[in-house]
Amino acid sequence: MTTAPRPAVTRPAKAGWWARLPKAPYLFILPYLLIFLAFWAWPIVSSFLMSFKDSRLGAAAPYGMANWSRLISDEFFRTALRNTLVILLVQVPLMLSLATALAVALNSRLLRAAGWFRFAFFAPLVVGTVAYSAVFRLLFNTDFGIVNRALTSLGLPAVDWLNQSGPAMTVLILAMTWRWTGYNAIILLAGLQGISEDVYEAASIDGATPWQQFWKITLPLLRPSLLFCLVLSVIGTLQLFTEPALITNSGPGNATMTLGTYLYQQGFRSFNFGYASAIAYTVAAIAAIFSVVQLRLFGRDE
Amino acid sequence: MTTAPQRTAPQRSRKARDRISATWLHVLLIPLALVFLAPLWMMLVFSTHPETAIFSPNPPLWFGGAFAENFRGLQADTNFLRALLNSTVIATMYTVLSMLLTSMGGYAFAKFEFPGKNVLFGLILATLTIPTFVTIIPQFILVARDLKMSNTYWAVILPTLANTIGIFYMRQAFLTVPTDLLNAARIDGASEWRIYWQIALPIVRPALAALAILLFLASWNDYLWPLIVLTQKDSYTMPVALGTLVGLTRVSWGGIMVGTAIATVPFLALFLALQRHFVAGIAGGAVKD
Repeated sequence: MTTAPRPAVTRPAKAGWWARLPKAPYLFILPYLLIFLAFWAWPIVSSFLMSFKDSRLGAAAPYGMANWSRLISDEFFRTALRNTLVILLVQVPLMLSLATALAVALNSRLLRAAGWFRFAFFAPLVVGTVAYSAVFRLLFNTDFGIVNRALTSLGLPAVDWLNQSGPAMTVLILAMTWRWTGYNAIILLAGLQGISEDVYEAASIDGATPWQQFWKITLPLLRPSLLFCLVLSVIGTLQLFTEPALITNSGPGNATMTLGTYLYQQGFRSFNFGYASAIAYTVAAIAAIFSVVQLRLFGRDE
Repeated sequence: MTTAPQRTAPQRSRKARDRISATWLHVLLIPLALVFLAPLWMMLVFSTHPETAIFSPNPPLWFGGAFAENFRGLQADTNFLRALLNSTVIATMYTVLSMLLTSMGGYAFAKFEFPGKNVLFGLILATLTIPTFVTIIPQFILVARDLKMSNTYWAVILPTLANTIGIFYMRQAFLTVPTDLLNAARIDGASEWRIYWQIALPIVRPALAALAILLFLASWNDYLWPLIVLTQKDSYTMPVALGTLVGLTRVSWGGIMVGTAIATVPFLALFLALQRHFVAGIAGGAVKD
């Protein structure tokens, strides 16, 4: 790489196209491009082709729709899909509302000790998913968990968090909200800081209440940041794996099984690559549908 | 007071309103902040207590003296030191290589005109919202079966180097570098590599620092991919080693909390010291693990 060719401008103008073609940019891109093509672009294609193959037989089986038709009648898949969508539709709006409120609060000139608050809300974003899953599993332990200790000491009934479907789902949603709210709040805070103070001053002079300012100024101007958070959160949630695998073990029964844990089970426990690829492409298709809908609804200017 | 000019009245009422708003803000925010800090606090406290204390009727809220004992148990169960070494080497190699690859690529996309540029950039752009799940099985077949790299550092590092968000982030950073400066160096006869390495790269150092932190953290905390390609205990990264313990009942929770604390505390400290870089990195484009 130290021998990158000299720039094209120093070549004689009458030379052929090859001599005039700048070589340096290609050499700069080449290492990334090779990795990108081999480990990202090709697997995207390969995975799609594999979803039409019967991989249970091992050797090259003919192409067909077997995996796709199996998806439609597979009740485990339906459970995983339903659980994933429930988490998506509850957790993402909850988290983004909280993150927006936090970002507005952290941006407020009335806030004292802002650094301390930022640390409190942003600290979870450096905690790994395995580490926090372990902590949440322990905190929500039915017999010994500190959450139930707190509930009973307040005179409330203890909850069998991890052995009942509704509470288990609640734990997952709380855990993900704890982990990712600060991350989204940072992105929204950066968006808020891009909004000019003048707009708010003008609105104040016109007699707009803070509440009106939030709905009429802050939210519309924050739309690009919110859209970015929304798209990332949806894609992230569709791939949810670590939390259901480690906090609830997909249980009780299959009550918290997600598309992610089901794909892992089919692909890397049963080694049924064709079927797992069909599940993977379903995730991609849902992500694409959500992205298009989100862009239509919230991204009109972009 | 009654004789005060009329125009101060709205100001005074605004001050009073601010005081009430500020009070409400803190009344709502302080408990929420404590709730957010509680899991981290419990992780730290529990790492210093034996399982009997953690599961006692009155769980400890302050530090105990069992950290060393918990660590010995954790080490015996998982060879945790080896996992820490593996994680450190993998995250470091990944961060250095990924910064080199994405900054070189981002530099070319930002600062050169060449045939095929828009097609290549469009191709990368098109894959940005594709979930990583889609590629995980072909990646596994490629790495484990075709390249026979299971249980090696390269098996973990190679596929994750195809970092699409990194290349966008670096392109954005290099767009701020003045082209005249690069052209001046060209006239002085500097090679293209030298212009990139000695002029452009130092200018974008803040962006590189932010990216480095996020890449290291993403690699350090990655779970699913290492879980798939690492099958032998001595090749486990720290999250994989911890993950094997969480589902079991035999292993002490004190030990697991030691592991989670060791994996987390250095980054909490780093976060306190480098908050600006973390925030800049996330706000500037975000590398989600």
